[in-house]
Amino acid sequence: MAKVILTPTQTPTLFLEAENITPDVLAGKNAAEIAALHGFVGKTTVTLGDYFTVEGAGGQTAADTTVVINGDVSRVKYIGMKMSAGELIVNGNADMYVGGWMTGGKITVNGDIDAFAGLGMTGGELIVNGNAGNYLGAAYRGDWRGMQGGEIRVSGSAGSDVGTFMRGGTIVVGGNIDVHVGTHMEGGTIIVKGDAKTRVGGQMVKGTIYVYGDIDVMMPGFQYRNDVDLEVDGDNGHFALYEGDMGERHSKKKGVVIYGQLYMKY
Amino acid sequence: MVKIVTDVVCPFCGTLCDDLEVALSDDGKEILEVYNACAIGATKFLHSQASDRITRPRKKQEDGSWKEVTYDEAADYTAKMLVDAKKPLMYGWSSTSCSAQGVGAEIGEEVGACMDNTATVCHGSTLIAVQDVGVPSATLGEIANRADRVVFWGCNPAHAHPRHMSRYSIFPRGFFTGKGSKSRKMFVVDPRNTDTAKMADVHLQLEQGHDYELLSAVRVAIRGEKLPDFVAGIPKEQIYEVADSLKSGRFSVIFFGMGVTHSLGKNHNIDMAIMVTRDLNDYTKAAIVPMRGHYNVTGSGQVWGWQFGFPFCLDLTRGFARYNPGDSSSNDLLIRDELDAVFVLGSDPGAHFPVGSVRKIAKLPSVCIDPHITPTSAVSKMHVPVAFVGVEVGGCAYRMDNVPIETKKVVEPPEGMLTDEEFLQLVLTRVRELKGAA
Repeated sequence: MAKVILTPTQTPTLFLEAENITPDVLAGKNAAEIAALHGFVGKTTVTLGDYFTVEGAGGQTAADTTVVINGDVSRVKYIGMKMSAGELIVNGNADMYVGGWMTGGKITVNGDIDAFAGLGMTGGELIVNGNAGNYLGAAYRGDWRGMQGGEIRVSGSAGSDVGTFMRGGTIVVGGNIDVHVGTHMEGGTIIVKGDAKTRVGGQMVKGTIYVYGDIDVMMPGFQYRNDVDLEVDGDNGHFALYEGDMGERHSKKKGVVIYGQLYMKY
Repeated sequence: MVKIVTDVVCPFCGTLCDDLEVALSDDGKEILEVYNACAIGATKFLHSQASDRITRPRKKQEDGSWKEVTYDEAADYTAKMLVDAKKPLMYGWSSTSCSAQGVGAEIGEEVGACMDNTATVCHGSTLIAVQDVGVPSATLGEIANRADRVVFWGCNPAHAHPRHMSRYSIFPRGFFTGKGSKSRKMFVVDPRNTDTAKMADVHLQLEQGHDYELLSAVRVAIRGEKLPDFVAGIPKEQIYEVADSLKSGRFSVIFFGMGVTHSLGKNHNIDMAIMVTRDLNDYTKAAIVPMRGHYNVTGSGQVWGWQFGFPFCLDLTRGFARYNPGDSSSNDLLIRDELDAVFVLGSDPGAHFPVGSVRKIAKLPSVCIDPHITPTSAVSKMHVPVAFVGVEVGGCAYRMDNVPIETKKVVEPPEGMLTDEEFLQLVLTRVRELKGAA
C-alpha cells in the first residue's frame, strides 16, 4: 500500500480548510503534485505545501493509499471529508469535520478531535484514540439524515448532540458523554460506556442506545419494560430495558408499535 | 403650535408598535414628547435628541483618544480593513432597515466576509430548530383576534416587550376574543416569579434548565401516555391539566424567549416546543411565535434568507454561502481566533457577547457603526455615528411574526450626518474601487 506522509510545518494563523487531505484526492499523485493541491485560509487560496512537508506518493486508487499526518492539526478543518476508501492516520489532534460524510475506508486519530466529526457518514470506520467534540455522527444543519452507516469508536469522552438524527451505523464512546444523545434518532446504535448527563434519547423514534454508567435525569417519555441479559460490543451484561420516546411518533410492524430502546447496565 | 406626527412605528423591539404619536417643536426639528410608546421606546426617540450626541466619525489614536474624521475617510478605512482581511466578520444588522442590510450583504459578498446577526446570541437556536422541524406559526393579528390559550415560555414580556400583551396577546378585544383577557387563559412557564408570571392563570415554576424535559412531558401527556410523578419539579397531574387545557382551546399559542433559546439544549428546546405545537394541531389550531428582540432582527434573517438561503451565521469567504452555527457563528469564530477584522453595525456585541469574545474584538482591526456610544464603540478602532432608523430615516423592518412594516421618518438627523445605508454605499463603492485596482 502506498503511503503519503504529511508533516505540519507551521500552524495556520487563522484556520486551514483542507478537504483535499483524503486518500481519494491524494491517490495517483506524487509528492510535488500533492504539495501543489489547494486549501483555503479565509478567502485566500493556499497550497498544502505551504503548511506540510510531503513524503511518499499516493497509490493507484484510494483503496491502496494510506495518508499519515504526523503532528498537530488542531487548526485544520475537513480532514478526511467525503473519503470513500483507503486509510488516513492522524498522529495528533484534529479540528472540525474529521470524516464528515465519509462513505468508506478507515480514519484513525491518535489525539482529540473537535465537533462535527463523522457528520452524515454512510460507511467506513472512524477511530478516535482520544476525546471527540459535539455533533459526533450527527446530521448537518437542517438535514434529517445523520449518520447512516459505518462505525465511530471514541476511546475517551464525547460532547453533546452525539448521533442527532442518526439512522444507522454504530457509535461507541468509551468515556462519558454530554447532553442530547441520539436526539431524533431513527435507527442505528449508540453505546456509552461511561456516564450520560440528561436528555438521552429525546424525540427518539427507533434505534438502540446502551448506557453503562448513570443517566442524571431520564427523559419523561421513557418507560421501563423488563430486565435482559445481553452481549454488547463483546461484553456480557445485565440491562434494564426502557422504551420511548412516548411523546414521539412511532411506526407499527405487524400490529406492534416500534419504540426506541434504551438499555441501562446494572 | 405643537405638531403631532401620528402612526409612528417604534424602532425598539420586535413588537414594532405602529400606533405611536410624536409631538414636535414648532419648527418640526425637535422631538418633545412621545405618546403611546412604552418607557423603552419613548426613551429611544428622546435619546436621539441628546445635545452631546456624536455627529461625526472618529478614529481611535495610539494614546486611546478619539480624533474626528470625515465620512469619506471612515469609509476608506472600513473598506481597506475589509478588503485586506483574510476572514473579516460583519456582525450586527438587527437595528437597521432591510435596505441597509441589503447593501451590507453586497459588501459581504464582495469582501468574502463571515456575516452574522444578533440572532446568534438570541433566537438563532430558533432558526436552527425551524430548519430541522418546520414551524406552525401565525401573525400577531390572528392571535389578537383568535387565541384563547396563551403560553409564555421562558420570556417576560412585562419587561422585555412591554406592549405585547396589551396590543396582541392578552388584553385586546378581538373578533373572537371579545372579552379581552377574560376570554383567554394565560400560562407562564418560568423558573422565576416574574411580573409576567404574576399575571398568569397558571404559572409552572419549573426547575431551571429542564424545559426540554417538561416540553417532552407535555407531548407525552397530549398523547395520554404515562408520566413519572414529577417532571422538572412539576407534578404530573398539573402537566396533564395543562395539556388538556391547551387541547381544549379554540386556538392555542406559545410565545417563547431567551429562557429556552439560550438555556441548556438551546435549539432542542425550541424543536420540542414546535413539536408540542404540531401535536396540538391534531386537536385544535395552535401556533408558536418567537419573541424576537431587536426591532429588525427578523428582517435581517429575511434579507439573507432570500439572498443567501440562510438567516444567520453566513460564511461567504469562498464566494458562496456556507452555514453551520458552531463553526460559522460569531462567538465561535472570535473565541477560536478565526478572524482578522471585525465590523459591527446596528448591534452592541460589547454588551451582549461573553467578555472573552469582546477582548478579541478589542485586539483586532474593528469598525463600529452606531448612533450611540456603546461598549462596542469603546473597544473599536473606528466609530461611525449614523442617523437613527425609524426616527431620522424611514425603512422596512420585520415584526417578530415576519410581517414587514415600513418605519417612518419623524425628524431630520443633525446636519451632515449620513444614514446607515448611505455610509454603506460609500464603503461598497470604495471596496469595488480597491478590488478593481488590485
